[in-house]
Amino acid sequence: MDKFVLVENVSMVFKTKSGSFTALKDVNMSVAEGEFVTLIGHSGCGKSTLLNLVAGLLVPSTGVQICAGREIAGPGPDRGVVFQNHSLLPWLTCFENVMLAVERVFGATESGGKLKARTIRALELVQLSHAADKRPNEISGGMKQRVGIARALSMEPKVLLLDEPFGALDALTRAHLQDELLKIVAKTKSTVLMVTHDVDEAVLLSDRIVMMTNGPAATVGDIVDVSLPRPRERMALVNDSRYHECRARVLKFLYQKQLRPAA
Amino acid sequence: MSAALMTHQAFKSKASAVAAITLPTMAQPEVTELPPPVRRHTPLVERYGAEITAFFRHVIPVVFGLALFVVLWAIVSQGSSLPGPLKTWHSAVVVFSDPFYQKGPNDQGIGWNILMSLQRVGIGFGMAALLGIPLGFMIGRFQFLSSMTAPIISLLRPVSPLAWLPIGLLVFKAANPAAIWVIFISSIWPMIINTAAGVREVPQDYLNVAKVLNLSEWKVFTKILFPAVLPFMLTGIRLSIGVAWLVIVAAEMLTGGVGIGFWVWDEWNNLNVEHIIIAIFTVGIVGLLLEYTLMLVARRFEYR
Repeated sequence: MDKFVLVENVSMVFKTKSGSFTALKDVNMSVAEGEFVTLIGHSGCGKSTLLNLVAGLLVPSTGVQICAGREIAGPGPDRGVVFQNHSLLPWLTCFENVMLAVERVFGATESGGKLKARTIRALELVQLSHAADKRPNEISGGMKQRVGIARALSMEPKVLLLDEPFGALDALTRAHLQDELLKIVAKTKSTVLMVTHDVDEAVLLSDRIVMMTNGPAATVGDIVDVSLPRPRERMALVNDSRYHECRARVLKFLYQKQLRPAA
Repeated sequence: MSAALMTHQAFKSKASAVAAITLPTMAQPEVTELPPPVRRHTPLVERYGAEITAFFRHVIPVVFGLALFVVLWAIVSQGSSLPGPLKTWHSAVVVFSDPFYQKGPNDQGIGWNILMSLQRVGIGFGMAALLGIPLGFMIGRFQFLSSMTAPIISLLRPVSPLAWLPIGLLVFKAANPAAIWVIFISSIWPMIINTAAGVREVPQDYLNVAKVLNLSEWKVFTKILFPAVLPFMLTGIRLSIGVAWLVIVAAEMLTGGVGIGFWVWDEWNNLNVEHIIIAIFTVGIVGLLLEYTLMLVARRFEYR
């Protein structure tokens, strides 16, 4: 399907004490099935708002949103969300955190043993089987984020929504998790919509990069097609001219066309 | 030989090390002439030095404070009708040597008095918890309910607990339920307020998880709301128990019956001041134990 996720003429107006605030205006974008799309823009441009709209956590003021042929009306397990700050429940073990999602989606149709097997498989996918019985406060930030990804993937969502998933991690861990995400997405053939402010991350991971203008009333400024072949290797791309061309286009957009006045 | 050698090596004395090196060239009998193993006793202070220092650093101020208190007490009691520490101590030994005697309804051992007071606190506080905690959850979850109850709570909360006693006597027409009622009404507020605050403080992230996973109301409650609110709830419970135990003495002084508060009043009528001081210490210690127990429970539920 070409327009698996479709956002059409979506605007988002927040009502604040000092009147209404238009965060997004006339946003149009789509994600094809199996495609990896990133949203990039300066902080405060509303890219997270857009992701929350697709997740169903927010309701758009105007416009239509469709996911897998159905209109988005509230959150649902067909869209797995990974939050920036992992959002694992601290009183549950990693296993139980993932199990919570698995039970919700498959609990009605499958036996307990199958549910456990699904949970174990999800943790294996992010290579965390060994930490299944640990609480979130006993593992590192990168591991927490991987559990978050396992939780989202365990629901077998139609779309994976990632809200700056590696933003709070150090550069080395981030690179490591990006490589892992590349492998996982290749293996599961997931459709992904991801928010980021990291240009290299966007180019490395995406098929298309949706660049957003600065808010208020932000909208889609331009879209870059990343035609690099998959599987991608971080080190091989270092000398790839296409990689640098994409990177330059995104940088130009962000720092020439949309440079924020010094805040 | 080898066994002897190993023992020596185990002691890691220099002598055995030298012996081990020179051993091959030595004649067999000479091995037995090795110097006797030097047992190196590490002195206790050296082995546990840090722990001992830390312990004393902790304990010395406490002991010093208590000693100062007793000394001040002894000085103040000189030449006044207030019994001194020694007299009180002797009296306490007598009182606690038979804490569970029963000589009629108005003369029972201190153990019974404490247990009766604890029972009243238990019933009054228990009912307050059964009502206050669910109420707190609902007030925290539903804005309408919160706005609805806010004026009532702010109006009634600062009322002195004993002001409720006449109402209790009027409604229940008996002293014991009236005392329990006072405990109930004075210990319910911290539980309502803290539970409600806890529900409001549940991080939005967790609620977003609940929304994204589309969890049922029951799962939201058991897996997210309850565990997240639990620490707040336990704080409320701790405050409530404190209030309840504070109020029971005053309530029992007014209502009579068996109980630590009544005992204080009775001993005042007998002009047995040592017993009043004993009661004060007992109330303090029991209160401390209640608080400490709940602290232990609360620590069990600390995350992060």
